[in-house]
Amino acid sequence: MKLVTAPSAVLSTPAEEVDPTDPAVVRLAEELIETMWASPGCVGLAAPQIGVSAQVFCVDVTGHPKAITTHGAFVLCNARIVEASRWRPGREGCMSVPDLTGDVKRAARIVVEGLRPGTGEPVTLETDAFEARALQHEIDHCAGKLFLDRVAGAHAIFPRKVYL
Amino acid sequence: MPELAITVIGPDRTGIVADVAEALAAVGANLTDSTMTRLRGHFTMTLICTGPPAADAERALVRLGAELLTTVREVEACPDRETGEPYLVSVHGADRLGIVAAVTRVVAAAGGNITDLTTRLTGPLYLLVAEVDLPPGREGELAEQLAVAAAELGVEVTLRHAESELL
Ligand SMILES: [Zn+2]
Repeated sequence: MKLVTAPSAVLSTPAEEVDPTDPAVVRLAEELIETMWASPGCVGLAAPQIGVSAQVFCVDVTGHPKAITTHGAFVLCNARIVEASRWRPGREGCMSVPDLTGDVKRAARIVVEGLRPGTGEPVTLETDAFEARALQHEIDHCAGKLFLDRVAGAHAIFPRKVYL
Repeated sequence: MPELAITVIGPDRTGIVADVAEALAAVGANLTDSTMTRLRGHFTMTLICTGPPAADAERALVRLGAELLTTVREVEACPDRETGEPYLVSVHGADRLGIVAAVTRVVAAAGGNITDLTTRLTGPLYLLVAEVDLPPGREGELAEQLAVAAAELGVEVTLRHAESELL
């Protein structure tokens, strides 16, 4: 699976809401999880990053050193942040912006509402630290935003180190 | 007291900052504000200092070698004037001629003074992040004009207030 990288219209377009019970959405959810797990270091992936303009993303920060609360690997559709507090700066990268990282202020404690693919069951998820950051990053993707739109200043952009 | 405005540009190498700082210290130059960065492998340093006559600083820097491009100029002390509100502008998209010119012209037309700016070209992606001091009440107009410019350039632009908490 080739990931979409910036500049690309699909990454900058607010994605449509989806019907979480649609079999195509269920397949999309599986594809996101598979692609995330197949990409080393990837802790989250949104549908626009595989070229699909849809409000679907997956996250899995299991075992990440900066994570506190974790909910394992999961997919959410049409997710919204309903509470956000404890704003903290942190360094962030993105599979769709492979050569740069940036300092971005994110809420370290959030409550997110969304729908599970398949059942369409509503979920309310409360989390913190790195999982909260990952969720905000993916929800931004679904809104057509990249971390580049939120960097903290002219000196908050850095070349990404190359890991061979 | 008169100040010296100095620029130094050359191929980056380990120790270059120390060499420049030592050369200036040796002629009694006191570094006040300075910025140093690497741009595609070029070492660049811009600084304001006080102390020696311009000719002394210039001679000290020339001795560092011919691969360094240096300029030294005596300037009048002038404090930064920031009278507005701090904003951040991010622009990203496919690289094309004139992005910086078009965006910064729009910022200037709204009375915005750019206080810091970085651009990066990585692969096909061009990124500009500017810090802008904007007079009160001009945000709506600037956002509108930036959107027009961005549509013409085919790039994405965001304008946001840069809050700075004192902790
Ligand atoms: Zn991303």
